[in-house]
Amino acid sequence: MSGETEKYPPLLTAQDINVHFGPRSVLAHVSLTVHRGEIVSLIGPNGAGKTTLVRVVLGLLAPDRGRVIRNPELRIGYMPQSLAVDDILPITAARFLALSGVTDRSKITRALDLVGAARVEKSQLRNLSGGELRRVVLARAILRDPDLLVLDEPVQGVDVVGQSEFYDLITGLRDRIGCGILMVSHDLHVVMATTDKVVCINHHVCCTGHPETVSRHPEYLALFGPYAAQRLALYTHGHDHRHDESGEVVPLAGADTHGHRHG
Amino acid sequence: MDDFVLRALAAGLGAALAAGPLGSFIVWGRMAYFGEALAHSALLGVALGLAIGLDPTWPVILVAGLVALMLAWLQGSRDLATDTLLGIVAQASLALGLVVLAFLKTVRVDLLAYLFGDVLAVTPSDVAFIWIGAAVALASLWRIWRPMLSLTVHEDLARVEGVDVPKIRVAFMLLIALVVAIAMKIVGLLPITALLIIPAATARCFSRNPEQMAVLAAALGCVAVAAGLWGSFVWDTPSGPSMVVASVAGFVLSRIGTGVRLARPS
Repeated sequence: MSGETEKYPPLLTAQDINVHFGPRSVLAHVSLTVHRGEIVSLIGPNGAGKTTLVRVVLGLLAPDRGRVIRNPELRIGYMPQSLAVDDILPITAARFLALSGVTDRSKITRALDLVGAARVEKSQLRNLSGGELRRVVLARAILRDPDLLVLDEPVQGVDVVGQSEFYDLITGLRDRIGCGILMVSHDLHVVMATTDKVVCINHHVCCTGHPETVSRHPEYLALFGPYAAQRLALYTHGHDHRHDESGEVVPLAGADTHGHRHG
Repeated sequence: MDDFVLRALAAGLGAALAAGPLGSFIVWGRMAYFGEALAHSALLGVALGLAIGLDPTWPVILVAGLVALMLAWLQGSRDLATDTLLGIVAQASLALGLVVLAFLKTVRVDLLAYLFGDVLAVTPSDVAFIWIGAAVALASLWRIWRPMLSLTVHEDLARVEGVDVPKIRVAFMLLIALVVAIAMKIVGLLPITALLIIPAATARCFSRNPEQMAVLAAALGCVAVAAGLWGSFVWDTPSGPSMVVASVAGFVLSRIGTGVRLARPS
């Protein structure tokens, strides 16, 4: 997919981005491009600067050095990492989408339908499950027919079983809308199948390329080797815990060090 | 009924109508302490107004407006938590106001009237000012309603969608300053925050969308104002705190009502 699309100019290019918070360097010499029709996954450990880079790309944070090049007409759909609406604010899913400025009810219904959340259109936001809320937030991101979708930890709060389904949904949206997607994720192995290009950062770009290449890259392994194993263990463990609740005990592989987490 | 009773009622209702919708945003955005800081700063406006021999209304709008702008500007700094900042501003302006008043030996000031409201202090021109001010506040809020609601839910998302967040925020803060100035005489400076947040909090459990909550908050505020004024006349209590008591009573009743409704198996 990305091979064809790279013939066209990129939707967005970040060049040599540097960001400091006080004396601390959060991003150094980070560059990034996203083409139409391409899914770029930004991975890295917690605190690696992923969300900071996203904020720079979105124009919410001015980099200390470097620049972001994008067509001024570029429509961006953004799905923030955490969006929790306080109980004190009564608001339905449909109304939440209308806050974007798109008030055409049929567009709102269609966007909710596209993400498989048509059922909760009239539900209060605070009554939604974690997965439903993420779908509604994604619906708001696609509401304005974006050229580029920026998804910060899209599956955060989605239960483990629902995660791969959610990534399928994102791939489907890319095909349907024909937009480019920049997606932040914790772990490579979950997004592997979904991604055209991986950019692995830890304050700087460690490595970049196709997912399989990156997963064998020495810098990736140095950075994520133990971390990825841990995530995998938690992943398996979390899945296993669901079985526990239904009374079925499945032995864990490589999760012995985390047994205490669930008491 | 005496004229001054009607004037007090008209003034209170005007203030409550504007306070309901603005108070809803204060509740949604967790800005109660911000309203408090602006209300406290108004005392400095009162003191300065008296010092130069003016009716305090305009100095109050000016000082509260300047404090609102200063707070908007200071919130950009990261080394102080917002509540600390608001605490400093509230206490500093309240203390400055009291100190300035102490210097005005020649002016006899009924401080309690400003702090807690005085039903006898409302003149016909005050009533006119309150209703014009309330109309301006509500019309302005209507204009910034959608972007303000959007940034209350998620600021970054609102910005990506094209909302000019600093501009909307400053506009909202100035509207609060205006409401403080119009509610000052009848409600008093100290209880203003209560009139902003309690009706909104009461309205929450009866509302399914933001607009319902705002309208209901305005209506509940009007009921609290009327009941509070009635109590104030009957028992000769200060008007502001009486309204707050009425408002809190409504809040408690609504909570008990909701509790009973929730407890009943359906």
